[in-house]
Amino acid sequence: MLPSENSPKKNGSISVENLHHSFSVNGSVVNVLRGVSLEALSGEVTAVTGASGSGKSTLLYLMGLLDRADSGKILMDGVEMQNLNDRERTLKRSQMVGFVFQFHFLIKELTVLENVRLPLLKNGIKREVADEKSLDLISELGLKNKSLRPVFKLSGGEQQRVAIARSLANSPRYILADEPTGNLDSKNSESVFELLKHLAKQQSISVVLVTHNDQLANFSDKKFCMHDGMIVT
Amino acid sequence: MCCSFMLCIELAWKFVLARKRPMFLSLLGIVFGVTFFVVTQAQTSGFEKFFIQTILGTNGAIRISDHFQDSLGTVEKVDQDGVVKFRFNSREGAFYREGVNQPSLVRDALLQYDDISGVSEVLEGSGTLNTGSRRKSVQFHGIRWLDHMKASNLGDQLVLGSVDDFASDPMGVLLGFRIFNQLNLKIGDRIRLLGSTGNLHLRVSGVFETGVSQIDKNRIYLHLGTARSFIGRSTAGTVFQVALKNPDLAPDLSIQLQSVLNHRVVSWQEREKVWLDVFKALRVSSAITVSCILLLSGLGIFNVFAILVIEKTRDIAILRSIGFSPNDVSAIFLWQGAIILMAGISFGSLFAFLSTYLISIIPLRIRGIFSTDSFLVNWDIYHYFWAGCIALFFVSLATWIPARRASRIEPAKIIRETL
Repeated sequence: MLPSENSPKKNGSISVENLHHSFSVNGSVVNVLRGVSLEALSGEVTAVTGASGSGKSTLLYLMGLLDRADSGKILMDGVEMQNLNDRERTLKRSQMVGFVFQFHFLIKELTVLENVRLPLLKNGIKREVADEKSLDLISELGLKNKSLRPVFKLSGGEQQRVAIARSLANSPRYILADEPTGNLDSKNSESVFELLKHLAKQQSISVVLVTHNDQLANFSDKKFCMHDGMIVT
Repeated sequence: MCCSFMLCIELAWKFVLARKRPMFLSLLGIVFGVTFFVVTQAQTSGFEKFFIQTILGTNGAIRISDHFQDSLGTVEKVDQDGVVKFRFNSREGAFYREGVNQPSLVRDALLQYDDISGVSEVLEGSGTLNTGSRRKSVQFHGIRWLDHMKASNLGDQLVLGSVDDFASDPMGVLLGFRIFNQLNLKIGDRIRLLGSTGNLHLRVSGVFETGVSQIDKNRIYLHLGTARSFIGRSTAGTVFQVALKNPDLAPDLSIQLQSVLNHRVVSWQEREKVWLDVFKALRVSSAITVSCILLLSGLGIFNVFAILVIEKTRDIAILRSIGFSPNDVSAIFLWQGAIILMAGISFGSLFAFLSTYLISIIPLRIRGIFSTDSFLVNWDIYHYFWAGCIALFFVSLATWIPARRASRIEPAKIIRETL
């Protein structure tokens, strides 16, 4: 039986149950996820570690509804997402999920402000309101004076902050971060990690963090380790 | 929905601006295509239109000539049960008689038609002009000058002398420009018209130039009464030259008049079919040739957009991850094509307008099928419309395929491969 959407226990949580996923590579089937189950609660940073190819990024994209699992359940606030059609998944993604990637993945033709307000405008928020909210976020992340700069003129750490600001723009319930510190030096890595942890607490967001960095993972509220498509610890 | 729509246009605009060089080259292709299309159409249709004006002004929209009587023969189809399915009079072997029978009755009948704006009775014949020192064979047209002014542009075609002078002198004659030059005459000179039935002493009242060399070197105009007395026959050789308010109606009206009047009736489209077909062939062939420019620019745009989609796969994945649907992604690329298209059509139309004007003032002397001293152009909004439509077709095709490909990109796969 599926948990109720209004269940207070599940509010702000994201979980997967017995998730299976496979790829076809050169004609042969590779089982990337083999019955993965985990739960990330609101206000917490949940780290997923593991070697390259262990399936942690795939797990993240499935949780963020970017891809469709072969079987299993994905529950957001206790509501099953696996059976949604593409349009509904796109809508849920834009309203509930914020992504942060290793290479920040900003649109280089746009300024800092334009990148951050993109999800807001996409969700039909008026331009003035979107600008105000985006500028607040940019200020909060220490980039107030650079809001009108093209993103390619920023340093790596600054670009990652812009990516985090963009992921927060729609006030998501979940931030799914794929190696957000993988491209940064140790100082910037710590800074970004602290920022995510702070945001999780402050805004009651579930942060799922995929990382190779065990040191950072150890500072998380919860830690899962993956190996060959399965959670091992 | 509205915000998403505007956002897609905004992103498309940013992407276009970020790739100035390939986009500019794509734009240039459309600008050239539209410009050449409009300019070539303006020229070919300009010459065609002027030719039509010339022939309408010279020989009228409809000519009614020989009277005929259908033979008694009929063609009919009888069914097996003896019922006649259809039957019509056979015109094969019809008896034709030269000239219009009972011209005054025919004239009255013609004037009943609302579509007809002028009817001129013309008595045609041939003779030889003799100045004393020079002789020239000519075709004379006996006219009632007031009627003929309504059925032709003779007044505008006069280059020397005046219609009033001709009108006031029963022995006045209007000469074709080339005849006038060949015979080395002056306005007011006396000249003799020789024929098998006698001769006339005429006075040169004016000179006309139609631009149609066959007319300018062969035709003279006399008063109808003078021509009739010269030829000695009352109606043989009489034709009617008819002007229409809307010359495009000539074919239908000709069929109607032929069946009503029992005279041979020929529309200007039938009469000048050879030349009109030549102009049509020129117009179509130039349209096809110039459309190839737009096709090539379409291929260029396809190439630019295909590469753009490959370059933008990562951005597409980002947009998908923040809630853009496949249709939104597709729309961003289609809008880029639309921006190039709209700019191309706008600048192309502007250049086409300027080029058409510049071409229209290039000196060019043409005599033969019409008379002009500069390039003839036809200002027609439809040339711009069709250029836009052809550009729209090619650009839509060129952007639709890459846009469709962009919408099918799987974001997770791209992000995974990027990492």
